[in-house]
Amino acid sequence: MFRWILGGRDAQRGVEMNSVLRIGEEQPRNWFTELQVLKGHFDIVRFLVQIDDLRYASAGDDGLLLVWNIETGEKLQEMRGHSQQITAMVPLTRVSRDTTHTWLVSASSDRSLSLWDPDTGNRVQTISDLQSSVKCLLVLERLDVWVSGGAELCGWNIDFQLQCQRQNHSDTGITALVELPKNCIAAAMDKEIVIYRLTASTDLSLTLAEVRCLSDHQDNIRTLIPVNDGMFASGSHVGELILWDSVDWNILAYEHILWEESQADAPSEIRLGAGPKPCEMSIQHLTTDGTLILAAVGSGLYVYSVVTKTVVAYRRVAHDSNILHTMLLELMSCSEDGSVRMWEMQDLPLPAEAASAGFFGMWSFGRSRKPAEPPCRKTPEAPSIRILEPTGDLIGHSGAIQMFLSFGERGLVTCSTDHQMILWKNGERQSHLRSLALFNKLEASDGL
Amino acid sequence: MIGSPDVVAFTKEDENGEANADPWALPDEFSVPLYSPANSNPWAKTSYAKFTKDFILISEFSEQVGPQPLLTIPDDPAVCGTFDLNYFSLRIMSVDYQASFVGHPPGSGYPRLSFVEDSRVVLGDSKEGAFAYVHHLTLYDLEARGFVRPFCMAYVSADERKIMMQFEELTHRFSQASECLKTGNRRAFAKELQRKLQDLEYTRFVLRKEEGLQREAAPPGIYSPHAVEKANELANVEKSIYEHRDLLRQISSYPSRPRRDPHAAPCHKCLTECLSEYEELLDKYGTLDDALKPAAGGRVPAGKLIKARSAKCFDKRLKTLSELCDETFYGATVGVLKETERFFSGDLCYQYSRRLDRALRRKQHVTNFLFEEDLGENSKDEGETAMPVCALNHAADLRLMRPPPIVLCSQPLELEALRILDPSDPASEISYSQESDLRPGRSRLESSPSDQTLESSEDTKCSFSSDRSAEGPMNGEHSLASARSEPADPDLIFDPDLTPDGEPNMDPERRSTSECTTAGEDEAENGGDETPVSPQEDSASREFREKGEGQGDSASLEVREEGEGHGDSASLEVREEGEGQGDSASLEVREEGEGQGDSASLEVREEGEGQGGGAEMEPESSLVQLDTACCMAQDDFLYEAAVPDGLHGSPPPTPPSAVINQEPQASLPLQGDYTVGSPRLEAPTAELGLLPPGTTEDSTSRGGVSDGSDCTMSVSAGSDRAGSPLCYGGGMTLRQRKKAGQGALKFVRQYPFAVQALWCLLSGRTLVVLGSEEGSVRRLVSALALFVPGPGRCGERVQAWLSCPFTLADLHRWKLIGLQRVASPLGSCMLHSLSRYSRYISVLDADQKTLRCPPYRGTLLANVADHRTSVRRGSTFSLHVRSTLGGLASKAFLLAFTHHLHLPVCPGEGPEAVEARRQGFLQDQLGLGPEDGQILLYLSRLVAQQYLRPSPGAATPSFTFNYTTSLLYKI
Repeated sequence: MFRWILGGRDAQRGVEMNSVLRIGEEQPRNWFTELQVLKGHFDIVRFLVQIDDLRYASAGDDGLLLVWNIETGEKLQEMRGHSQQITAMVPLTRVSRDTTHTWLVSASSDRSLSLWDPDTGNRVQTISDLQSSVKCLLVLERLDVWVSGGAELCGWNIDFQLQCQRQNHSDTGITALVELPKNCIAAAMDKEIVIYRLTASTDLSLTLAEVRCLSDHQDNIRTLIPVNDGMFASGSHVGELILWDSVDWNILAYEHILWEESQADAPSEIRLGAGPKPCEMSIQHLTTDGTLILAAVGSGLYVYSVVTKTVVAYRRVAHDSNILHTMLLELMSCSEDGSVRMWEMQDLPLPAEAASAGFFGMWSFGRSRKPAEPPCRKTPEAPSIRILEPTGDLIGHSGAIQMFLSFGERGLVTCSTDHQMILWKNGERQSHLRSLALFNKLEASDGL
Repeated sequence: MIGSPDVVAFTKEDENGEANADPWALPDEFSVPLYSPANSNPWAKTSYAKFTKDFILISEFSEQVGPQPLLTIPDDPAVCGTFDLNYFSLRIMSVDYQASFVGHPPGSGYPRLSFVEDSRVVLGDSKEGAFAYVHHLTLYDLEARGFVRPFCMAYVSADERKIMMQFEELTHRFSQASECLKTGNRRAFAKELQRKLQDLEYTRFVLRKEEGLQREAAPPGIYSPHAVEKANELANVEKSIYEHRDLLRQISSYPSRPRRDPHAAPCHKCLTECLSEYEELLDKYGTLDDALKPAAGGRVPAGKLIKARSAKCFDKRLKTLSELCDETFYGATVGVLKETERFFSGDLCYQYSRRLDRALRRKQHVTNFLFEEDLGENSKDEGETAMPVCALNHAADLRLMRPPPIVLCSQPLELEALRILDPSDPASEISYSQESDLRPGRSRLESSPSDQTLESSEDTKCSFSSDRSAEGPMNGEHSLASARSEPADPDLIFDPDLTPDGEPNMDPERRSTSECTTAGEDEAENGGDETPVSPQEDSASREFREKGEGQGDSASLEVREEGEGHGDSASLEVREEGEGQGDSASLEVREEGEGQGDSASLEVREEGEGQGGGAEMEPESSLVQLDTACCMAQDDFLYEAAVPDGLHGSPPPTPPSAVINQEPQASLPLQGDYTVGSPRLEAPTAELGLLPPGTTEDSTSRGGVSDGSDCTMSVSAGSDRAGSPLCYGGGMTLRQRKKAGQGALKFVRQYPFAVQALWCLLSGRTLVVLGSEEGSVRRLVSALALFVPGPGRCGERVQAWLSCPFTLADLHRWKLIGLQRVASPLGSCMLHSLSRYSRYISVLDADQKTLRCPPYRGTLLANVADHRTSVRRGSTFSLHVRSTLGGLASKAFLLAFTHHLHLPVCPGEGPEAVEARRQGFLQDQLGLGPEDGQILLYLSRLVAQQYLRPSPGAATPSFTFNYTTSLLYKI
């Protein structure tokens, strides 16, 4: 078992606190200098889905789906229909001839599924009176099929016709779905990952067959993501990160974050705290770019390389409370503390050697479980481990930030429990756009 | 001493007359001296008059008692103080230059009515420290000697320059009043004649009857002495009838007579009415035939018998002015005069600033929203008001009043120069018609009053038609000017932008030459009649008034804060205080510093007139504006546009390397429909729950009751704004502005970090005023609200008192927030939000007197927020601030609408190059440091946003900020 033994909390805190505090008011590299508060929801906004380059949809506990323009912040469509909170929303893109059209599939606690056209705001299809509410949705574009997971796993064709259904016997139902090669899907249920295989029979009907059940996690699986064609990853509530082979569903790596018990000299109240609470090492969110996995562990961030099977960068306390969503492309994380922070991987500062040397000396690597084939593991040398250094933060929400969605240079949307969304933009770019618009208008209206 | 030139004036002017070397420096009237100059007090010379404020005096040269004052406007003995009205009446009546000729001209058997034209004269009285514009007019009275009663109306002021420089406007207004009086008088006179004729005919009827009886009684051929007497009497009566008929005919010809007075402003409607009336009368009485017929069987004329000899004795009671004129006309005239008095009340500096301010603002539709109240609907305005020609409000007969040109120089009005300035505008053509014998060197001789050419440009030509008054005010001014030995500085005749119909491309050379020649010619003139006097001493009375103003801090006796509505007396102040809360929409009237409660009807009427006039003059004014605003479209518009900027003290532009000389891409046509995107169209969103302007009067004191307890209110609800004491935009009254100015002044003087606070507001960083005491927080907020750019029509961007935690959206919506400091869980929550959003806000702690904000090292605001300023009065400071902010707004306009400062010139240019160019513009052209540049960038962004105002349903505007560190400033 590979333990991420993170040293004494106080020593750790010393380093971390300093660096967290270093996000000063001066943030020269933070280019989000303009914001726009988007109001429209009446309850927690939980989901953001990109529709195309310019539009995205938001959904939340008020059962509303809103379509927004990222450039102007305009609300383009308001799609009402669900009577209860929305539990999942995915885009459904269909390429027909030259045109690409994207619909939105939404699932709600009112046990209904709806298909929306974001161009018109119409509800194109709806299925109500499901046996249970759907918790996750997965679109298999190759097969023109989409799958909903909840208490049961259902396969639907593109026309909203139920193709197949499989009952589960777990309490919580399916919380996450991942598409695997060879028409397989992995569904996370409680502590298990169940692999199903979809087979299209000759009469074009689909069948779902359970192929395998992987029950290596010791606690509830919180997140399940595909990493690349060859592997997928899952994270559990107690900080287990398992890399799976996508094809034969073997464990490629099993990492477990464990706090070392406080040293003897640690203050007693900390010891009384009896180590970390489970939520402090719960893997809330995983993102990947194929080679690196960014894991949000409690309020900390860890960058794990699937190549070297090691942690390449980390920050133990990246936020003041649990991290809810992360992004690896530009290292960003958002948290229950209502802030978005931007990070950069930096080499550990050398002056801090005294502290960090001792600290890193305490890393120990081991495996308690035998893997199918032990990955060639290099003991990470101290210099190769880097720290995540904050480059900026976005403060605006007064509640936990549930999710964010980046549109690159066009901006970033965050949604929060305070019922608002904030559109963060590059002020300079916006001012340039405004000038363009201004002179266009001048020209169009032939003068002032 | 009457009429003798007063040498004191010239010596005085010589002392003060150091030449103004810097052509860009502002003359005294426009600059607010922030520091007391060691040597001089610019207003001292006006300060020892015995009256407290300007007033209008109506006097009569009574044939019984000589010159006597009849009426002052305002009709308040306190105004005149110890000023000797009798003496002054004597003086002003003694300079009557009406070409009046009374009596029988040779060769004519009947008495002639003399149709004299009004005369206008400016005179000074050094002893009294008074100067007056004197307008003489003649009214007809059948009982008066020669049928004429000379009157005069005088505008009495302690400030000579005020009269001189507004001579034209005064002339216009008084002519209007005079015309009204005269029209009424002619009608009354005709009616009187009619009555007299009736009586005469009745008398004749009676006499004839008696004579007939006597003739029958007496033997034929023998005339008893009694009969002879009766016959004589009858003859006399008949002669009298003839005379009166002739008079009637004369007076009937009055309306159709060609006027020689170019300033005469007759109302055609009135004249038409009179004319028809006269014709009716003439039909009735004009014919002589019935005089020959015996009245037997005919009608018996009604009337009363009149004695053959009417008593022309001194015991006879002369008619009062209101009897002389029709009562309606008299009332209307008094109305006009009252309005005139109100219009001219206030210091010249104040009037100029206000006019300049408005003239500028009218041109800056695009940026007006930033700092100014909305000119919007109630564009009734002095200056370009279309005033009714007739005081009786004949609305159909509106006429565009040309505003008095604003001349930015210490030189008095140069009419000649102005005439050249606007040759295109026939309405504004000004020409002299001076007496030829007095002006031998002049080529243009328009000596003859009956010159036909006068008719074409009768309207506004400035001429002195009455013979001896030819060396009227103008000459006096010139002589003054020359005596002062101030060179006529061409550049000080300020730019075409400000003279309302100026030509933008008028080159200074031309102006200068024309002006110089004018001045040179005029040097020969000598102001004979007008005797300007310059009072020198600082009068104690003035200072007393200053103190009476109730300014707590007027420890210094410098009498320099003249921006006030007037040297207004404490009583005026009280009246202003007493103004109602929900008062009418006629803010303009109040703005003029008058609390005239007694002329409500007049105000209403003015409103109406203003509206109509505004509509009428719209096309022309917009045309003119285009003319001046279009300079930006020209190739090197940068330099062109920078010229007016000189007003704000920016250095003459030098072409720096960063600025390209050629307009990139298409030269955008900035001319065109000037009203597109006009900010006045802004529709207040319903969500904001806007209050009609004026309903939220200053309720600083009451506000505590209304929303002191609203801890539970929803932050996002607009309702809490109802308690806001601030009403900006169109709703801000003079009093509010004065109070705000006072507050701002106090703030600036009290807090050394005021400049930082103002910078925060102006650069768009939300300022939170934190305090536990509501009153002080509200005061601070209303003081600082002056500096909130684009406060919205009703101050939507300002939240005076908030007692619950705020969100980011609030920070965005409100740029200035008064926040309650409470010691409770709620308070800690609030402090939490304060620290959480600290990057977006600056916090001014009213209790501990600290300010936490980013450092500001700029110089732009030093002029405004200098705690050592010696400005003492709130309204002065308010004007000062507004002028500074106005300057900023125009610079922001320039920045926002200059193409190459925002967009690449050539395809290959990256954003860095554009950015560099923009910075270069800010630094090199405008001379601004990075922090000052932020102000302009913010303002120009607001301008752009306003211009691009999205459709009503669009998203909330965005909120821009930057990540900088804040410092804590302590007192």
